[in-house]
Amino acid sequence: MSHPAHARINVDLLRPLMRTSWRFYLVAGILGSIVVTAFFAWISQAYFGFGVSGIRWPVYWGFYVTNFVFWIGISHAGTLISAILRLVDAGWRRPVTRCAEVITVFALMIGALFPIIHLGRPWLAFWLFPYPSERLIWPNFRSPLVWDFFAINTYLTGSVLFLVLPMIPDFAVVRDKATGLRRTIYTYLALGWRGTPRQWHRLETAMSIMAVGIVPVAVSVHTIVSFDFSMAPVPMWQSTIFGPYFVAGAIFSGIAGLLIAMAIVRKVLHLQDYLHPVHFQNLGKLLLVMALLWGYFVFNERLVTYYGNGPSEMAVFWRTQRESFAPLYWTMVICNFVVPLVLMGIRYFRTITGCVIASLCVVVGMWLERFLIIVPSLGHKYLPYSYGIYRPQPVEIIIAIATFAAMTLLYVLFAKVVPIISIWELKAGEPPSASARLADARPVAQGEANP
Amino acid sequence: MPKWSLAVDLDRCNGCGACVTACHAENNISTVGADQAARGRAKHWIRVERYWEGEFPDVRLKFRPVMCQHCDNAPCEPVCPTYASHHTPDGLNAQVYNRCIGTRYCANACPYNVRFFDFFNPSWDKPLHLQLNPDVSIREVGVMEKCTFCVQRIKATTIQAKAEDRAVKDGEIQPACAQACPATALVFGDLSDPESAVSRLSRSPRGSKLLEDVGTKPSVTYLSKQ
Repeated sequence: MSHPAHARINVDLLRPLMRTSWRFYLVAGILGSIVVTAFFAWISQAYFGFGVSGIRWPVYWGFYVTNFVFWIGISHAGTLISAILRLVDAGWRRPVTRCAEVITVFALMIGALFPIIHLGRPWLAFWLFPYPSERLIWPNFRSPLVWDFFAINTYLTGSVLFLVLPMIPDFAVVRDKATGLRRTIYTYLALGWRGTPRQWHRLETAMSIMAVGIVPVAVSVHTIVSFDFSMAPVPMWQSTIFGPYFVAGAIFSGIAGLLIAMAIVRKVLHLQDYLHPVHFQNLGKLLLVMALLWGYFVFNERLVTYYGNGPSEMAVFWRTQRESFAPLYWTMVICNFVVPLVLMGIRYFRTITGCVIASLCVVVGMWLERFLIIVPSLGHKYLPYSYGIYRPQPVEIIIAIATFAAMTLLYVLFAKVVPIISIWELKAGEPPSASARLADARPVAQGEANP
Repeated sequence: MPKWSLAVDLDRCNGCGACVTACHAENNISTVGADQAARGRAKHWIRVERYWEGEFPDVRLKFRPVMCQHCDNAPCEPVCPTYASHHTPDGLNAQVYNRCIGTRYCANACPYNVRFFDFFNPSWDKPLHLQLNPDVSIREVGVMEKCTFCVQRIKATTIQAKAEDRAVKDGEIQPACAQACPATALVFGDLSDPESAVSRLSRSPRGSKLLEDVGTKPSVTYLSKQ
C-alpha cells in the first residue's frame, strides 16, 4: 500500500476546499430543500397536533424512535472503530479515521434530535436537563430516557473532541495554503498550531487518552439505548441480551455506513490513490465478523423466546416470524445476514462494489431491525383486546427520508471545509516504524509555511 | 394512610358501558370523533373488553372492565423522565398533566394499555361542552392522561371528613364508574380497612389480579365468574 508524495497529498486533499464546482451547489441545494421540507413537516406536527403522525394507541412509538435508535447505531462506527484501530496502531487506518469520526458526530446530532421530535410537547424538552429550577424539581434519574440524555451528551462531547483534535494540524496546513478570508478563518481554527515537538507531543497524548476513553463510552451509549426497551415489561423487549445485541448491531450498521461514505468520497473527490481496495477489504472483513455476530444474537434471542414459549412473547414472535410482519422480518434476515455473508465471505466479491452493495443491504436491514423490535411488540402487548396496528403517515416518512438527506448534506458541507482525509496522519504513516513516523511528522507541518 | 382499591365483580358486569360514559362525563375526557377513534385516538380511561369463548354458534361473551390498575409496582412510574407519572402515599398512580412532556414511555411500559395520549387539543360536540366538570383540569395536546380513581372525589370527601373531624366512611367515596354501575359490579374503597366492602371482596377466593405474572402488583381485584 503506497501513498503519493507529500506535495501531491496537499494538492489532492485540499482540492475540494479550494475549488467548488456547480455540482456542489446543486447537491447541497437538493439535500437542503429536503431537510427544510422535513423541518416544516415537523412544525406542522407541532402546530396541528401529534395526531398528524401515525402514532396511535397502543403503538406509541414508531418511525421516530426507529430513526433515533438507527442513527445512534450508525454513530458507532466512526469513533469506536477509529479508536480501536488507533489503539492497535493499525497502519491502514490513516486515510479512514476522519471519514469515520465525522459520521459519528453527524449521526449523533441527527439521532439526538429524535427524542425532541417525538415529544408530545417538544417546547418543554429542556425539562430533561438537570438544572436547578425554582421549583426544585429534577429529572427522574431512574428513567432510561434520562440515562440516554447523559450517555448521548457524553458521547457527542467525546466524539467532537476526538474529531476536532487531529484536525488542528490540518487546519494549519489549510491556513498556510490559503489566502484572504479563508486564511483568517483557518488561522483561528488552527489555534496557533506551529508544529513544535511540544505541540505534537500534547496532541499524541490527548489522542491516546481520548482513544482509550471513548471506547467504553461508545459501548455504554448503545447499551443504554437498548435499556429504553429492555427496562419495560413488554413482550420481546424485556430481554437481558439487548445490551450486547444493540451494541453489535450498532457497530454493524456503522461499518456499513462508513463503507458507503468512503465509496462516495473516493468517487466524488477522486481519492482513488488514497482509499485503496485494501481499506474496503479490511472493513469488509469487519462487516463479515459483525454480520456473524448479529446473526448469533438474533438466533439467540429468537431461540430462547421460542423455547420459553410464553404466551405473550409467542404472540409477538409469530407475528414477526410468519404473520403480518414476516415479509419485513425475512427481508431483514436476508439483508443483514445472507447478503453480507455471501458478498464479504467470498473473496471474489469482496471488492469495493461488493462492499457497497452489502453495506446498502445492511443499512436497510438494520433500520428494519429497529422497527421490528419496536412496533410488533407494542402492537401485541398482553391483552388481545388492546392489540393494534401502526401505519406511518407522510410526516413521519418525510422526516425519516430527510435524516438521510441531512446526513449526506452535513457530510458534503464538512468535506468542503475540512480535508476529509487526515493530511498529517497520512504523511506520518508512510515510514513503517513508530519512531520514524514522529520524526517525519514534525517537520512536515512545520515546513508547510514555505512548501 | 388509606390504600384505595377497586373490586370488579365479573359475575355482575353485563357490559352496558355506563361506567365508560360516566367516566367521560366526570373527568372531562374529550371525544375525538368516529374517524380519529378508528385511527386509535379514542380515550377511554375505563373500557369494557369483550372476549368470545367457544366456537360459533356455541359462543359465550365475556366482559371485563379495564381501567388503570393503580399498581404498587407500576412500570409506568420509573420510566417517566420528569416525574409526571408518580406514586402518591395513598397508593394512587398519579399523572401530573402539567409536568408531562409526552415521551409516551409510560404508555409503552404499561402492560394494560390504560394510558392515553392527547393527539389534539380537546374539543367536545355541542352541547357536551356545557357539562365540563370544574374539579378536573383539561389536558392539552401532547400529554398522557389516565384513570385517577376520581382523585377529585377522594380529595373532596377526605377534606370534608377532616373538617368534620371524623373518618371517611366506607362507601362514602364513589368514583364515577362505580357510582354509575347499575349492577354494582364495581366496588371502591379503602383496602387498609379490613372491614370495608372492597377488602372483603378482595379476600374472596374468586379474586385475582389482571396479568399478575407481570409482577406489577395491581390494586384492582377481579372476581371471576361463579
